[in-house]
Amino acid sequence: MELTFWTYEGPPHVGAIRVAASMRDVHMVLHAPQGDTYADLLFTMIERHGQRPPVSYTTFQARDLGQDTAALVMRALREAAERFRPKLMLVGDSCTAELLQDQPGSLARGAQLPMPVIPLELSAYSRKENWGASEAFYHLVRGLLGGRAAAPDGQRPPRGHGERPSVNLLGPSALGFRCRDDVIEIRRLLADVGVDVRVTAPLGASPEDLLRIPDADANVCLYPEVARTACGWLQRTFGQPTISTVPIGVGATCDFLREVGEATGVDVSHAVDAARSRLPWYSRSVDATYLTGKRVFIFADATHAVAAARIARDELGFDVVGLGTYSRELARDVRRAAQAYGVEPLITDDYLEVERHIAELQPELVLGTQMERHIAKRLGIGCAVISTPAHVQDYPARYSPQAGFEGANVIFDSWVHPLMMGLEEHLLTMFRDDFEFNDDRLPSHLAAHDAQGLRPAANESLADPDTAAPGWESAAEQELKKVPFFVRGKARRNTEKFALERGVDMISVETLYEAKAHYGR
Amino acid sequence: MSGPLPTAIHRLSAAGCDCGPDLHQEHGQRAVFCGLTSIVWLHRKIQDAFFLVVGSRTCAHLIQSAAGVMIFAEPRFATAVLQDRDLAGMADCNDELDRVVAQVIARRPEIRTLFLVSSCPSEVIKLDLGTAARRLGERYRGRVRVAAYSGSGIETTFTQGEDSCLKGLVNELPAATAAQRSLLIVGALPDIVEDQFQRLFDELGIGPVHFLPGRSSADLPAVGAGTRYLLAQPFLSDTARALDKRGARALDAPFPLGAEGTAAWLAAAAQAWDIPKARFDAVIAAPQARARRALAHHRERLSGKRISFLPDSQLELPLARFLHRECGMRLLEVGTPYLDRHTAAAELALLPTGVRVTEGQDLDRQLDRIRADRPDLTVCGLGIANPLEAEGLRTKWSIELTFTPIQGFDQAGDLAGLFTRPLDREQRLRF
Repeated sequence: MELTFWTYEGPPHVGAIRVAASMRDVHMVLHAPQGDTYADLLFTMIERHGQRPPVSYTTFQARDLGQDTAALVMRALREAAERFRPKLMLVGDSCTAELLQDQPGSLARGAQLPMPVIPLELSAYSRKENWGASEAFYHLVRGLLGGRAAAPDGQRPPRGHGERPSVNLLGPSALGFRCRDDVIEIRRLLADVGVDVRVTAPLGASPEDLLRIPDADANVCLYPEVARTACGWLQRTFGQPTISTVPIGVGATCDFLREVGEATGVDVSHAVDAARSRLPWYSRSVDATYLTGKRVFIFADATHAVAAARIARDELGFDVVGLGTYSRELARDVRRAAQAYGVEPLITDDYLEVERHIAELQPELVLGTQMERHIAKRLGIGCAVISTPAHVQDYPARYSPQAGFEGANVIFDSWVHPLMMGLEEHLLTMFRDDFEFNDDRLPSHLAAHDAQGLRPAANESLADPDTAAPGWESAAEQELKKVPFFVRGKARRNTEKFALERGVDMISVETLYEAKAHYGR
Repeated sequence: MSGPLPTAIHRLSAAGCDCGPDLHQEHGQRAVFCGLTSIVWLHRKIQDAFFLVVGSRTCAHLIQSAAGVMIFAEPRFATAVLQDRDLAGMADCNDELDRVVAQVIARRPEIRTLFLVSSCPSEVIKLDLGTAARRLGERYRGRVRVAAYSGSGIETTFTQGEDSCLKGLVNELPAATAAQRSLLIVGALPDIVEDQFQRLFDELGIGPVHFLPGRSSADLPAVGAGTRYLLAQPFLSDTARALDKRGARALDAPFPLGAEGTAAWLAAAAQAWDIPKARFDAVIAAPQARARRALAHHRERLSGKRISFLPDSQLELPLARFLHRECGMRLLEVGTPYLDRHTAAAELALLPTGVRVTEGQDLDRQLDRIRADRPDLTVCGLGIANPLEAEGLRTKWSIELTFTPIQGFDQAGDLAGLFTRPLDREQRLRF
């Protein structure tokens, strides 16, 4: 058993539903008790889908257990086939049904349904949501294309005369992070260099579309969490190369274009040279000087974590002080990246551990999921959400991709915004003797939340009450107040730690600056 | 089993005559939360309790998704997620549970009650949490009380999780003698509502009054033959039966929703305490008048509008009664996940003759009926609300009704407001 407070990922069957809900003409029968129908609201409330996900749940109850739960599966299959007339049926079970061993997949195969059936084994007790999505997508692709004869020598025949170069975009899915807009952006990017997109899947694809996957020159693995397994199989089976750079950030987008060029034989140099993003100039603009060396902590799914680290260091001039992921399946990618940035990788799905790391590292910006947003809020640190798990506000109405050159613009704005607020606060503290800008007061635009308008005690000493915290001479306390508030907490803690380690009982102005020099190395 | 089942396999009559609502049962796909969901409000109510679900990642994900946002620093609920090694017998589930419980108690030394909540998977593998609770209760005696109840979706639906939890609490209440008269209000109520009711009972001269669950684990009122109880929530059938077994007696009343419902609910207690009618009328006159005033302008908007309920919280019957009788709405179909003819008797009696009341669910057929009826408003679960809105139907998602203070005189207007808002929005939006 594993004690879990909040979870980054849902169970594997939710991943499978994400694939089903991404596609057209696909229905899923899920052998599951009634409570599992909560999965509907993930789609209809968080991503505001206007339709229920295409899932029929068997919703067995305790009284069915002594009888024939398999009959419920058969009934759900027949009714779903008749009512929804999908072109393909996915069949799986959730955690509880897995224990019953009714084998809904075999039942469905024997049910003589008028459409192909793809059974899924979802390993609820060892796997999680993204694995479930990946597995469902892989089995769909393999199930539909497995009978197709591959080139005997594993070589793809050359593209026919006059045939335009093309790729598939694999991986974008329902409840993915900004997938809707990333697909639009990447299509535009590819259109610019004269490469067509044959199939985008699973998002918006029908089973027939999947049959056309082998026709493209290469597969873009846009979200490795969902598509890497399928891309690997397509590469082995049809000799289709995988374009594996995820085009998030200016540098990655250029690398991506080069990879597309290699795979399709298209000249992409003009697009790479133009690199139509405002990010590089904005990062060089004088007002962005204060971004340089900002300490940033990154925790996300592997795709977005790795992409964010590169942008943070190479395109904004931040210091990456922490990098991690909850995606164990892709932990290797994050470990490799962490090594490149000289930090210890944090591979965990325990958000309390992530919180401990953030509290310890005291970064100036956190790039994370909704979980990290809450952690950062509590710690008084700015945060931008860069990955799932996401919430309804992370599915904005406006066009806001992460991928491609426009995605880099969006990223610049959304990451710099929380830091800008910090700078504004700093300027305000210059007026702190003014009655309205009194140091103990909240910024005026926040004061409405608290009748007193008093700043929460976020910058108070965090010293363990059990250990004797060193005292502060009043001159030192006064001096500390001159430190901008958003680093004051760190200054206080560092000074106290420094004093404790050296057995200093009373902190003087001298100690404060000694500590500053010590930690400022 | 072959072919679809008929929509209604039983047609039941409410009172053995042609009067009253038209009762049906339906079986098929359900779209309701499981009882684990009640933890979301129970842990806010019982402030020194911790809820440990023994289940799967699905359980953890459900509670976090139903709670809507991950707002709490560290919630007073968690899931002990079963893993392959627990199921394969490589790890002893009881040893594992002891280890996880020790972890929880070390993290949260301030908690006084630990609820072990069983789930679908823990029940299917027959993990006996009752025995585990007794064992752990011994170990932590004097520090933490340990209790077990079922929140599983194979045994409980949504609000029945609270029923299951409170039933367990009833068995632990100390015994009172027959001479000790007291009133027990049963069902989690928002603190503000509880305080309003307490003031009204004080003014009426009814007491002592206890609330179950209390705000802290130490609030365990004695119960016995002198106890009279009023259900504040309609989904507490098992808790009621457990109280009956302890000798307590139910006061039959409609539920305290709306001006009429609240007055009748209080009247049941006043009658049992022999409070003179004049005094009763004097005490409730002002708040009841306030409630009616608050309802008046909502009634203008709701009157004549047609409403259907999908089964969800078991609040459907009293809500339908309130919306029909006090707001003038027309009831098309009232779905409820479970109908206890006993606890619902007073409500059924107040529903109009012939209204279709459906117990259980067959989701797709029910949605077919909604699409055919095209009600002005549909009360439904969170997962279905946006799809119906997208079809041009106005909805009220029902989970809000379990979080919001809606009971009592001073909430009657707010309660009606929850139903006028979607219609108001419809009026305002031009695109």
